[in-house]
Amino acid sequence: MSTDIQSPRSGKVSGGKIAPQYRRGAGSKGNFEMFAWLFMRLSGVVLVVLIFGHLFVNLMVGEGIHGIDFGFVAGKWADPFWQFWDLAMLWLAMLHGTNGVRTIINDYAEKDATRLWLKVVLYAATVVIVVLGTLVIFTFNPCPVANGVQLPGGFCPAP
Amino acid sequence: MSAELAEPASKIELPAHIGGGGEIPTFNITLRVRRYNPEVSEEPVWEDHQLTMYGTDRVLDALHKIKWEIDGSLSFRRSCAHGVCGSDAMRINGRNRLACKTLLKDLDTSKPITVEPIKGLPVEKDLIVDMEPFFQSFREVMPFLINKGHEPTKERLQSVEDRERFDDTTKCILCAACTSSCPVFWTDGQYFGPAAIVNAHRFIFDSRDDAGDMRLEILNDKEGVWRCRTTFNCSEACPRGIQVTQAIAEVKQAILARKI
Repeated sequence: MSTDIQSPRSGKVSGGKIAPQYRRGAGSKGNFEMFAWLFMRLSGVVLVVLIFGHLFVNLMVGEGIHGIDFGFVAGKWADPFWQFWDLAMLWLAMLHGTNGVRTIINDYAEKDATRLWLKVVLYAATVVIVVLGTLVIFTFNPCPVANGVQLPGGFCPAP
Repeated sequence: MSAELAEPASKIELPAHIGGGGEIPTFNITLRVRRYNPEVSEEPVWEDHQLTMYGTDRVLDALHKIKWEIDGSLSFRRSCAHGVCGSDAMRINGRNRLACKTLLKDLDTSKPITVEPIKGLPVEKDLIVDMEPFFQSFREVMPFLINKGHEPTKERLQSVEDRERFDDTTKCILCAACTSSCPVFWTDGQYFGPAAIVNAHRFIFDSRDDAGDMRLEILNDKEGVWRCRTTFNCSEACPRGIQVTQAIAEVKQAILARKI
């Protein structure tokens, strides 16, 4: 014989006895929190490689820290490899950080309205930075020209 | 995991010439108890008591002395008074412990010893809190054997290894010391809490149980295991020495292994 046992959810059973701040809503379907948790671990590991690789190439290789100028960055972003590297770093770091702050807001914001507005600000800031950063990486032009006149930079070949 | 944690060694050595015979040294302590009576005041207050206690006395004995000899209105829970029933978990000197397992001589007796109700649950009076939200979470993980097979004529046999797998989490006495030490639970009472996860772990990893998937699904909730921040407060608070944080991590891994 087998009986199907329903899980005793607080919303259904003896909900009246428990103060509202302890009452759980209906069970959430989906695995969002699980994937968020997994993403934090995986992106963390990848970010360690990306960030230390970034620091090593910028600060140690060649002339090291003295070699960093506008031209150095322009040279890096002419290479699809570094475009992809910086793009991955931007997206992973922003999503990793955003998710971290999201959990902190969830943990510490006590009022629903406070939680909502903090998250609105957080997500808006994330979207702006990710979109702007992605645009810069892909549309970066080391020799900008305005009205037929080259803007000052000093190392672009004369047209 | 399986090794029983030893009791912390006593920090004060009783002199050798005191060997039985009832000659137990006495010392004076100040017990600072958090009093709350909603019929008198909405605000809890600290109340100091000077007591002369014996070297063999526990915090529970000091509370008894106050209740039985000084102020009978002091309220606290205790049943067995020997660390088995889990009724008298309280916050002693800022740490969750059982009053019946904490010897006074192991605390700093030169300063007042503070005794508060456990945090995160609604205080009803003095050291008594409303445990209903705690037990509701416990109920929701279905802490009972669910077996879909035929009822055996004798016992349900299990190998020593299979029994060993969840031995640590069978030790829980539901004192709520872990759940009420969890900073996530302090601000979010909807979190299932370490104790419910420990008791789910006890059945999820039991080879005789068939409803592990159901419990994993319950704990895959937004208020389930993913709220754990691995601060290890629960493992430190557990008076039974259960590796609570490890049990939670094993449940997380079981959910991941099932989904991916």
